[in-house]
Amino acid sequence: MKVGKPERLIVNGKRLDGRDFDEMREIKIKAGVLERADGSAYVEWGGNKILAACYGPREVHPKHLVKPDKALLRCIYSMAPFSVSDRKKPGPDRRSIEISKVTRQALEPVVFTRLFPRTAIDIFIEVLQASGGTRCAGITAASVALADAGIPMQDLVPACAAGKVDGEIVLDLFDLEDNYGEGDMPVAIIPRKKEVTLLQMDGKFTREEFEKAFKLAIKGCMHVYEKQKQALKERYE
Amino acid sequence: MSTDVIAEVKRDYIISLLQQGERIDGRKFYEYRNISVETGKFEKAEGSALVKIGNTQVLVGVKLGIGEPYPDSPDMGVLTTSAELVPLASPTFEPGPPDENAIELARVVDRGIRESECIDFEKLCIVEGEKVWIVFVDIHVLDYDGNLFDASSLGAIAALLNAKFPKLEDDRIIYSEKTNQGLPIIEKPIETTFAKINNKIVLDPNLDEELVMDARLTIATTEKGEYCALQKGGSGTFSQEEILEIIDVSIEKSKELRKFLR
Repeated sequence: MKVGKPERLIVNGKRLDGRDFDEMREIKIKAGVLERADGSAYVEWGGNKILAACYGPREVHPKHLVKPDKALLRCIYSMAPFSVSDRKKPGPDRRSIEISKVTRQALEPVVFTRLFPRTAIDIFIEVLQASGGTRCAGITAASVALADAGIPMQDLVPACAAGKVDGEIVLDLFDLEDNYGEGDMPVAIIPRKKEVTLLQMDGKFTREEFEKAFKLAIKGCMHVYEKQKQALKERYE
Repeated sequence: MSTDVIAEVKRDYIISLLQQGERIDGRKFYEYRNISVETGKFEKAEGSALVKIGNTQVLVGVKLGIGEPYPDSPDMGVLTTSAELVPLASPTFEPGPPDENAIELARVVDRGIRESECIDFEKLCIVEGEKVWIVFVDIHVLDYDGNLFDASSLGAIAALLNAKFPKLEDDRIIYSEKTNQGLPIIEKPIETTFAKINNKIVLDPNLDEELVMDARLTIATTEKGEYCALQKGGSGTFSQEEILEIIDVSIEKSKELRKFLR
């Protein structure tokens, strides 16, 4: 028994926030929003409000982490205590440590780290308000912040989740669907190569459902990619 | 944690062998190393399992306690999974609180158990909203020679199956007296891990292969052939075709691992 679970998450073929199964929430991205950071981005994605900043390439502290042949890419995902209904204790927890790791590994494949040996490139993601799908929104923001900082990259990395709700495969879960749905699958890709840099999943999917959700998430990523490019164009017009 | 290093010459050797269709330890691409599972060797734990995959050794202990349920699930027991990369297991493991690798390992094993609905949590309720059984799964890595995910998740399920409730007297646990009653296990999730090395996909990477791999994919499947957890790792990428092939192979390979659960 789960307290607070709505009786149904899909009513008359529509989701509880009125969307179709393959419809995304509204996404707004702005690049270059912070003064001091080398690059930054702000993403509003449905009810998510997320800031990302990039510093570097810069000197590595502590020194023993220096990589002689490439830049050290570091990433910290953090949630503000007031970003969720029940106040989140400040500081890293196990979830945010895992998200920081998978976010770094989602971005690492596109960054030309070998151009900057013995340096660090630091990415900070601050979730100011969370409403489901923050890791995808965080990766999306972080990759725009990296580009805004002028870090050489193969491509941007958009991310988007698909999932299973009331037996239906749906795109871009919001918090109720995330909490009470039957499955969630965040995906990040390199759009030009169509390669997958982040793939996680929980819930229960059959083989057909898996493939359907996976393809749908990639379609969502392509939509996010357009928004990312648009934000960078607006910044440097 | 400091990182293992591998000589360039060995890296090149592993990669060139793979191009010829061979692995450094002579296995086929989709072949596991020798596996053994021993359960119940540690009596103080309610359940335990020692899993060996090749030279990798992981000990998993299950302890049961009583505590409060979460407010959003007042009639359900609680599962807590932790992993320790014990310093005796590798020269690169350091003492101290769990690092991101230990946390990821614990969370991926936890996800497989939780999402497959392996444990019937409602049967772990003692007094609704007040008292429930808490299942602690503790993963102790003893010898690290690659593929901790599969060894740990296999060990976790084996230890859960091995666990017996201790005696309960006036809501006090008498740990010295075990009952015959096992945990309400209704599903056995199995995790299988694949590594991508220079465009080749191999199952169950050993340490050398992990050191040269570009990316890793772990898939948890249920007995019915559903997928219940996935985790991509490493700083490389997978193509969509590779992912779809891996998830098909994972179903076949999970059947082999399931044989080790009694």
